[in-house]
Amino acid sequence: MMDQIQNLLGPAWLPIWTLVKIMVIVLPLLIGVAYLTYAERKIIGYMQIRIGPNRVGPKGWLQPIADALKLMFKEIVIPTGASKGVFILAPVLALAPALAAWAVIPFGDTLVLADLDASLLYVMAITSMGVYGVILAGWASNSKYAFLGAMRSAAQIVSYEIAMGFALVGVLMAAQSLNLGDIVRAQEGGFWRWYFLPLFPMFLVYLIAILAETNRSPFDVAEGESEIVAGFHVDYSGMAFAVFFLAEYANMILVSAMTALMFLGGWLSPVPFLPDGLVWLLAKTSFILFLFLWFRATFPRYRYDQIMRLGWKVLIPVTLVWLLVMGAVMQTSLGRFFH
Amino acid sequence: MFKWIQQFFKTFLLVELLKGMAVTGRHLFVRKITIQYPEQHTPMSPRFRGLHAQRRYANGEERCIACKLCEAACPAMAIHIESAPREDGTRRTTRYDIDLTKCIFCGYCEEACPVDAIVETHIFAYHGEKRGDLYYTKEMLLAVGDQYEAEIARNKAADAKYR
Repeated sequence: MMDQIQNLLGPAWLPIWTLVKIMVIVLPLLIGVAYLTYAERKIIGYMQIRIGPNRVGPKGWLQPIADALKLMFKEIVIPTGASKGVFILAPVLALAPALAAWAVIPFGDTLVLADLDASLLYVMAITSMGVYGVILAGWASNSKYAFLGAMRSAAQIVSYEIAMGFALVGVLMAAQSLNLGDIVRAQEGGFWRWYFLPLFPMFLVYLIAILAETNRSPFDVAEGESEIVAGFHVDYSGMAFAVFFLAEYANMILVSAMTALMFLGGWLSPVPFLPDGLVWLLAKTSFILFLFLWFRATFPRYRYDQIMRLGWKVLIPVTLVWLLVMGAVMQTSLGRFFH
Repeated sequence: MFKWIQQFFKTFLLVELLKGMAVTGRHLFVRKITIQYPEQHTPMSPRFRGLHAQRRYANGEERCIACKLCEAACPAMAIHIESAPREDGTRRTTRYDIDLTKCIFCGYCEEACPVDAIVETHIFAYHGEKRGDLYYTKEMLLAVGDQYEAEIARNKAADAKYR
């Protein structure tokens, strides 16, 4: 049947088939984002001995739909002093990288949209672009709060990217590959082979760095409500605000999936007698996402200078030293410990 | 030296953070204390001071004797009373108004009343759509009293032994 459709469409086949594949990835992702906000409110509520949203639909299951509808019908207010074009462009610039990075995420052994050899590099490069959306939003709003938030968030994302990059260098040294699929395949053979054990310090550094990268609590000074109202998106409303929200949560899901792929063995099952499959990747991603929410319910916000100190004076030296240790050990007979 | 090593591992294994997470993790499974308001209510004292009501005796006679003690006691001057003798010669109010936008719900009118005529009920969820809607006249207060007499009497009885 596939061949018949292919013949029918002729040269239009490839773009249409690619579009279909993109939709198959993006639509579940957006639904995942919607229900991540619901899970966040529920889980944080439960940790605070509340019950969270429970009014819209059975047990509040329709709450994200109601929120989305509300945001769609709200007016997008553009401040008089704002730079209009950039103001509208900024949310798009924030969301696009968060979605584009999904092109190279392998969901299974062969289940990947674009099997690049440098896919890890691609993800790093694309996710770094997200900071432009934040900076431009803060600048275009022409508001002091937004500008402060944008500057904080830009400085934070740039500094933690270094620690995160070094943590990933550890992974690619162990896997001897930049291809995400190959990185996962290198971890085959049960959960004791996953990289979070031999690369435990890197795993911790990566976990902390992704919190800072996605501007999540306890590193959410970029939108610290008590100091700068909402940070870079203080002047955004309606769908423009929703797009920033989508970008933040899509990024959360993305970095969680990356953690699952690089440190927790992606789609591989933890024990040899269970079959591998997409469900494992989803379970591991959900677990990391749960950690995100758990952190948010537990830790108070870092002060700005503390964030910078942690990033530059702790995480970067730790990763550098561990990289040296790793490199040295890999030259000896103990090297097989890492792969 | 040993202390230093201990401190090193404590810092890098994030021990303090894990302790904090254990607390929130435990609370995830604790029984929730949310009161789901329209269906559930928190317990209310018999002394709760909500919307006012004028009461009647069991024979239908209104209790108020127009002594104006409540008007005198009211610190917000929210009560306005005019009185005149009725055909049977007793003194009665011709006008008994409470401006609920002035009222501070202190309950002094209830304390001052020698015949338990003016009382404050449990009702707190009422509203007015215009400013004037919260200006309660004698008829409105009597209507509230007639509707909730059983509850008012029950609360009075529950509180009587402490007075």
